[in-house]
Amino acid sequence: MSCVMSPDNVLYGTPVYRFVYELVGTVLPCWISYVAAGLVIMFILVNAVLMGAAVFVFAERRLIGRFHNRIGPNRWGPFGTFQPFADVLKLIFKEDITPAAADKIVFLAAPIAMLAPAILMLAVVPFAKNTALADLNVGILYILAVTSLSSVAILMAGWSSNNRYAMFGAARGVAVLISYEVPVVLCLLGVVMVAGSMSLADVVEAQAIPFLLVQPLALFVFLAGVSAELNRTPFDVAEAESELVAGYHTEYSGVKFALIQAAEFGGVVTASMVVVTLFLGGWAGPLADYLGWFWFLLKVGAVAFIFIWVRATYPRLRIDQLMAFAWKFLLPLSIINLFATALEVFFLRDSQGVLAINDLWIMTGINLALGAGCIALFGSMIREKIKPVTWQPAAGTASLTVGEVT
Amino acid sequence: MPIHTEPMTINVGPQHPSTHGVFRLRVTFDGEEILEVEPVFGYLHRGTEKLAEERTYVQIVTLTDRLDYVSSMINNQAYCLAVEKLLGVEPPLRAKWLRTMVAELQRIASHLMGIGFYLQDLGTLGTPLMYGFRTREKILDLFEMLCGARITLTYMRPGGVFSDTPPDFWPALENFMQELPSEIGEIEQLVMENEIVLVRTKGVSPLSPDMAINCSVSGPVLRASGIAWDWRKMEPYDAYEWVDFDVPVGANGDNYDRFWVRMQEIHQSARIIHQCMEHIEPGPVRLDLPLVFRPEPGAEAYGRVEASKGELAFYMLSDGGVSPYRCKIRSPSLINLTVTEHLLVGWKLADMIVTLGSLDINMGEVDR
Repeated sequence: MSCVMSPDNVLYGTPVYRFVYELVGTVLPCWISYVAAGLVIMFILVNAVLMGAAVFVFAERRLIGRFHNRIGPNRWGPFGTFQPFADVLKLIFKEDITPAAADKIVFLAAPIAMLAPAILMLAVVPFAKNTALADLNVGILYILAVTSLSSVAILMAGWSSNNRYAMFGAARGVAVLISYEVPVVLCLLGVVMVAGSMSLADVVEAQAIPFLLVQPLALFVFLAGVSAELNRTPFDVAEAESELVAGYHTEYSGVKFALIQAAEFGGVVTASMVVVTLFLGGWAGPLADYLGWFWFLLKVGAVAFIFIWVRATYPRLRIDQLMAFAWKFLLPLSIINLFATALEVFFLRDSQGVLAINDLWIMTGINLALGAGCIALFGSMIREKIKPVTWQPAAGTASLTVGEVT
Repeated sequence: MPIHTEPMTINVGPQHPSTHGVFRLRVTFDGEEILEVEPVFGYLHRGTEKLAEERTYVQIVTLTDRLDYVSSMINNQAYCLAVEKLLGVEPPLRAKWLRTMVAELQRIASHLMGIGFYLQDLGTLGTPLMYGFRTREKILDLFEMLCGARITLTYMRPGGVFSDTPPDFWPALENFMQELPSEIGEIEQLVMENEIVLVRTKGVSPLSPDMAINCSVSGPVLRASGIAWDWRKMEPYDAYEWVDFDVPVGANGDNYDRFWVRMQEIHQSARIIHQCMEHIEPGPVRLDLPLVFRPEPGAEAYGRVEASKGELAFYMLSDGGVSPYRCKIRSPSLINLTVTEHLLVGWKLADMIVTLGSLDINMGEVDR
């Protein structure tokens, strides 16, 4: 038996899949090799996300240690690199408690549903030239669809726990996720228009100039939206440790807690990968093409560092301020970006609908100026909205003598 | 169709990351908004006042350490002042200066903890808290030189302090005072002008001057409401009448002002410590009192200080025995907690935590 994939198959452009499919297909029936190739891909994805989460946890704990003026974990393995594995091992051996009043099936399913989006998202990200595990022609749409799943998972976790803090966290989390979805979708449309395709590989190819420069406003909105969707400070109202104990995962312990943590940190890694792919030129870099992996991981590390840095620095916003930020600040910015990009693409493209590198430079100039202006304008407007009117800056010191009361 | 909603009651505490100990708030929420608040405390009650009736006057000093366990020096000071008034004695001059100095060091340490946890309640991941701890650690090292302990110090005694300073204390203090401004400056740079800190705290949970006076609050909470009231100025004890410092006063009594007043008080404390280092002279540090003494029967005394949280006072009544007949503690944290309901109702859950942090309560002192 020999199975050969036809070139019009949606997974034809995925070398790993095709290789496994044809290898297994030499000895087994085609439908089994089809399943086997899928399983191999899934295995790679799950392990990539878990490994990415482990590396990210280690990096975050060490870096936040440095930000805090302390050392951070350094006992297990060289420089403490085994710390995440020690953590997971500890959590596996802990008692796995399900609250008596919990909805047991949903309670069990929630952590899995939470990890799924992070894993699924990774499938379409190209690590280097021609290495996306599934090079979908609707990659960006797929990413948006999959990330929306996490709001369902958060609601499942909060509702099934039958805990009021968890319910609070879930209600907040879902509100934030739904609100921030809107500006994120709108700002990605700008990227799609410039690239002329929804496939992530095409977006990378289109970045003769990194979209960091061509679409600065979109990058800003996307970074803010993504950190809200990932529950990172300053937008971490859903699990707000000091307010809601642990938010929607208050009742989780043991392996389920480990899964939720893996989903959270794995989510940051995959989100960083998406940011790199869409805005920082993906695998593109100097020297040979086969070094794409290296450039890609380097850029992912840089974006992940920004997430960690922000987390160590900023306090948390209140839920109403968070909503105001999404609807009154990010949404207008993404709409402006969308219209500006549409007009630029309409006037600059040639008869084949292709943008030359000079056109991209023109767009860079216009969009950078527009972005700086809009952020300054809307920033001052929202500051007026949020600032209470009753406050007068009149605090000072008083020199008192004995017995005098002011 | 109107959606049916109903208020939800949550027990915030006694096990909760932001209740600063074992404190419980029964809160009724309408969505995120607070409808009703009922503070419940007593989870840390150790019967300090009753225990004091069974101890000699010198032994009671160890009990006072455990009241507000982040500012034991000031607790010691308040108690020792009360006993000295009871006996009608005055400590030696060097002891007065030393007490003033260590009380101000302790105030810096306590305010750093207060600010750090307040900012952590705001949602910072402990970065300003760890900055504060870095400085506090050095203060605790200094205390360790003085009396061997770091938290429960028992440094002061009725009639002076436990012992004179070791020779290497003064260079270490000099060194610390040089590093202090830059370390405090780092915290200020990180948070004072931070946009998120400003929108989260300015105008939130304001306490009007009338309400502050009616509820008898004291300390930074009172001063943030615009009332310049400080027992170090009003009724100077120990060496405070000879030092020069300002009293920071807020304008609106909101969360930001309470935080701002604490930040400024750190600078004023540093000023006082500099003056103490300048004026202190060699001499005896402790009166020659017996270990067990009997004050006059029926003698009573009220010793009060401006502690880091507010007015801390001890009322002592003697029946002529070796231990007091009654030892009543006026703890600032307990009295400051009485305004919680006025501050919290109508604000949101996130503000509640921050407001509680801005009051800077210590459960060891609330429950005694």
